[in-house]
Amino acid sequence: MTSAVDPTFNLSSAVAAKPGAVETPTKIQVNKLNFYYGQNHALKNINFTIPEKRVTAMIGPSGCGKSTLLRVFNRMYDLYPGQRAEGEVMFDGVNVVGKELDSTVVRSRIGMVFQKPTPFPMSIYDNIAFGVRLHESLNKAQMDERVESCLRKAAIWEETKDRLHTSALGMSGGQQQRLCIARTIAVRPEVILLDEPTSALDPISTSKIEDLIDELKQEFTIVIVTHNMQQAARCADRTAFFYLGELVEVGPSDVIFTNPKEIKTRDYITGRFG
Amino acid sequence: MTEHIVSAFDAELKELGRKVVEMGGQAERLVADSVLSLIRRDSTMAQRVVLLDATIDHLQREIEDKAVLVIAKRQPMAVDLRDIVATLRISNDLERIGDLAKNVAKRVLAIESEYHPQKLVRGVEHMSDLVLEQMKEVLDAYAGRDAEKAMGVWRKDASVDTMYTSLFRELLTYMMEDPRNISVCTHLLFCAKNIERIGDHSTNVAETVYYMVTGQMITDTRPKADETSETTVAFPPRSVEG
Repeated sequence: MTSAVDPTFNLSSAVAAKPGAVETPTKIQVNKLNFYYGQNHALKNINFTIPEKRVTAMIGPSGCGKSTLLRVFNRMYDLYPGQRAEGEVMFDGVNVVGKELDSTVVRSRIGMVFQKPTPFPMSIYDNIAFGVRLHESLNKAQMDERVESCLRKAAIWEETKDRLHTSALGMSGGQQQRLCIARTIAVRPEVILLDEPTSALDPISTSKIEDLIDELKQEFTIVIVTHNMQQAARCADRTAFFYLGELVEVGPSDVIFTNPKEIKTRDYITGRFG
Repeated sequence: MTEHIVSAFDAELKELGRKVVEMGGQAERLVADSVLSLIRRDSTMAQRVVLLDATIDHLQREIEDKAVLVIAKRQPMAVDLRDIVATLRISNDLERIGDLAKNVAKRVLAIESEYHPQKLVRGVEHMSDLVLEQMKEVLDAYAGRDAEKAMGVWRKDASVDTMYTSLFRELLTYMMEDPRNISVCTHLLFCAKNIERIGDHSTNVAETVYYMVTGQMITDTRPKADETSETTVAFPPRSVEG
């Protein structure tokens, strides 16, 4: 009688086959990044990588620098005088914080969704089309197709297809947030930055966004800042913990949330922070 | 360890830990009493063991309910999550230990009126001494969150197995010598097996404690010395009458 167990079967490769466990190339590499708000040293010598087509969560108490880092990724700080970044954020071989790079180009490749839904005061259709028109000239049919595909990807097409030309401001908060995600992916970015995307939403809308994040990582690299630890544990393949402007620990979420190496991380995620 | 911001969470975790320790103490006593009732041929004590197993079952259900509620309410992470998983697993093992002790006590009642070969009963007693020591150590390791101590228990299980294997041989030999011994010896064999299983459950607890403290699973193979599955004893040559 032959054994039913395949002799070549090995447990560690079976574990590694789990989606998210496979390593992908680096999409963004942060090297010795320092960031200042005037005199305030907000990010201190950050080194860390973001893998392609994976969800990376950044957690930490308020003021720890995680949102600042997100803002650095798409040059949001350019809008404010007195804020400056030193070091490197390499994105496909280009330094995002380098002066020579045009920030609108950066932002079309690295999109961002904010904590509060920020639909433009125009129709649902135009919310999507607005950004696309800045970068591409599409005819009506192409634009219709783009709008539909983005709304579908953001899992909001069924709810909006009959009211595309009504104001986006009439939608619910959860719908508005998914519209913002649709608007972000409309310009075909490679990276999507989500800054506490569900903190203003009810649990059902939150679940829809989390489901969407799972879908979107097939195509995009996602970085999410969240205060909801369970959300990070559920959505993210990797999690980074920041504290007082420093990166304390980064690793696979499975490890960070069950067996973190650093005492500070453990205290924070278990709710022991003094 | 520093305390949680939500102090009720600390209270709940402590309460769970206390319940497990309480349950461990009761399980220990049940095992000790069941073996004592065997040695002393004390059927009153055996009956009490049979009855008291229900309180362990009750504690286990209570721990399970509380643990599930804490998970639902607090969504524990990292060390807290491991703590609660450990609570659930250990209470399961302790509940099984209680069942096994109860089974020993039932057998004491079954062989009440029969002749007890003292040497074999002593053999069971020696095994149980060792197993009780293991239980005590592992419960101390749990209460003190001592991974090293847990590992010590884990390594020692093989000696219980060795004793069991030799007792198994002896019992077989006795049965061969005189078929009138079969009833008692079979019951003693099951008692010994139960105690050996109690040792295994203590080893499970040791693994759980190790996981709870370090976050790592023990990946080495368990030291095993239970060879009874391969053990046979040949019939002694029939003496020639003359």
